[in-house]
Amino acid sequence: MLSSPTVRTSLIFVAVALIGLLFADIAITASNPWRDLGNFFLGVVTPNFFSSEGLMTALLRTVAFAFVGVALGSVCGFLLSLVYRFLPVRVFCAVIRAIHELFWALIFLQFFGFHPLTGVLAIAIPYSGIFAKVYSEILDETDPEPGRLLPPGTGTIAAFLYTRIPDCWVQLRTYTAYRLECGLRSSAILGFVGLPTLGFYLESSFSQGLYSDAGAMLILFYVLIATMPLWVKPKLLPVYILGAPFFLGEGLPIVWGNVERFFTEDIVPSPLRNGEGLAGLIPWLNDLMINEAMPGIWNTVILTQIALVATGILTSLAFPLISNHFGGPVRRTSGHVFLVIARSTPEYILAYILLQLWGPSMLPAVVALALHNGGIIGHLIGRQTNGIRLRPDAPTGFNRYSWELVPRVYRSFLAFLFYRWEIIMRETAILGILGIYTLGFYVDSAIQNIRFDRAMVLILITALLNIGVDILGRYIRRKLALQTMPTC
Amino acid sequence: MSGFDLSGLTASFGGERVIGPLSLTVREGEQVALVGKSGAGKSTLIRLIHERVNRESSLVPQDLGLVNALPVFHNVFMGQLDKHATWYNTLTLIRPFSRNRDEVRELLKALGMAEKFWLPTASLSGGQRQRVAIARALYRNAPVLLADEPISALDGPMAHLVMALLKERFQTSIIALHDVEMALKYCSRIVGIQDGQVALDESSKRLTASDITSLY
Repeated sequence: MLSSPTVRTSLIFVAVALIGLLFADIAITASNPWRDLGNFFLGVVTPNFFSSEGLMTALLRTVAFAFVGVALGSVCGFLLSLVYRFLPVRVFCAVIRAIHELFWALIFLQFFGFHPLTGVLAIAIPYSGIFAKVYSEILDETDPEPGRLLPPGTGTIAAFLYTRIPDCWVQLRTYTAYRLECGLRSSAILGFVGLPTLGFYLESSFSQGLYSDAGAMLILFYVLIATMPLWVKPKLLPVYILGAPFFLGEGLPIVWGNVERFFTEDIVPSPLRNGEGLAGLIPWLNDLMINEAMPGIWNTVILTQIALVATGILTSLAFPLISNHFGGPVRRTSGHVFLVIARSTPEYILAYILLQLWGPSMLPAVVALALHNGGIIGHLIGRQTNGIRLRPDAPTGFNRYSWELVPRVYRSFLAFLFYRWEIIMRETAILGILGIYTLGFYVDSAIQNIRFDRAMVLILITALLNIGVDILGRYIRRKLALQTMPTC
Repeated sequence: MSGFDLSGLTASFGGERVIGPLSLTVREGEQVALVGKSGAGKSTLIRLIHERVNRESSLVPQDLGLVNALPVFHNVFMGQLDKHATWYNTLTLIRPFSRNRDEVRELLKALGMAEKFWLPTASLSGGQRQRVAIARALYRNAPVLLADEPISALDGPMAHLVMALLKERFQTSIIALHDVEMALKYCSRIVGIQDGQVALDESSKRLTASDITSLY
């Protein structure tokens, strides 16, 4: 067993996470966490849908921002995917997708202010980078043979439309629909930085202790996502996409002077701005690295590694809940409900709720990341086990789990985990905005102190860290010959 | 030109020579059958010839090369994508022009499958798919036909119908066949391939089935 490379890799990751635990700040600091948690659940089971008219508006805005952002992102991403083989394009896409939607929103807020464009671009830009990568992977998978058979002299566009697009149309559509669901989550959390989507109202309900209002919002959000197959129809899409821009709200007008100032003054490192030249830049960078970047990176990495292993543990516990190989329909139905809720709640909202209830530490972040990502991977693995046909006399119970199922799905389990590693890290960094000392915390405080030059450097460092983990994850996946599909 | 003169044809796979070096001269109006047991190099030879005479040939490859998600009509229409402007082709993808519809329907009628016009090729049987690839080659209407086992999935009467149609529509053709009777009946010249070399090259009038069987 120990000689198997997959097991050895897993053990190394577990060991790293255990060492990380020694340094991590894991605690419940709230004075009465269980009472707060109880109140919250009481709020969820007694939702108040009629407290304010703001709720429906927030829901509408959430959908509108998601549609406009994802539509724009998919069009740009598709165009980028056509030239994705060029290295500069790849690097550009890697950088824009390594910066989280919330960071983009924080950047645009500084110069566009609370204009709808801020929210739209915050979704569209990172999504373009993601779409470009995945679309180009899907396009590369198409059968090249029909293209070779075309009469010579066939135009490039005609060849592309006839031989490439039809072959992968279904995959493109499925992936875009999946991204639209992600877009709804992204749109919801943009409210936490002040845009008029769900997150904004969730935060204000929570801060006033209106748990029933918050519960109503969460329930509506789940219903919105769960009913997507019913209301997102190909025939209705043009209506949604053309109509959505009109429901983004007015926001505040853009002050173009701010835009100019941001690029020509605000983000210029302060020693350069004050005329100290390069001599002043070194100590400035030094200070930034030692006091902000290093502790931020350290905490981000620790939290990521713990969250990754916690996700793995939760996944392995959760997938039997929806597997046909165990239990009856009642248990499976509740398993499905649990996993749907876990994966539909953005990790940022989960972390926010847990942080309110348990007080600030890394614990709420770890639990939130594990719940959300474990919900996603658990769902995929559980569905995969349903395709496995066991021999009629296969063992039952725990033996079936450990001897028949886990060995069969372990490779894809690891593949999904390493695929989401980078996503977990991106989220970890962003959770800093909630007050956990990861990179996002330092970015957020730099912005609070109107030191955008520092914030930009920290965001860039975060992006590089994500790209590094992405490369490492891909290297491990290739080394272990693990395969994933892009829809995860 | 629709005859051709090819020399120095070679192909290697994994460092091992599978074809040639061989030369082949095909005159206009000749119908050449490539025969030989599987693995002799017939498919490789067809591919090599196609690389040399691409512009002039209609190809029916063994794996057909259909776009499975597109209907039969579009798969056939693809044979003439080079004849129209991009806007015309794009519009055809959404809504075909009646002129092209009639042309393609005519072809499919001759192949006995006019009723499958709008079905995606993914939903067709093996024999039907093969006929779609043949229709595409016919629609392409190049001076030379290169076909690799074009009737392998067709039953008796249909196989005869297709071979007769190919003979009628293409003056010059090179067809890899494993069915010796078919080769003798529909081709004017038989080229036998053995271990990547030409082992037999004779007019079909002067051959009987038993002369060819020795290759197998």
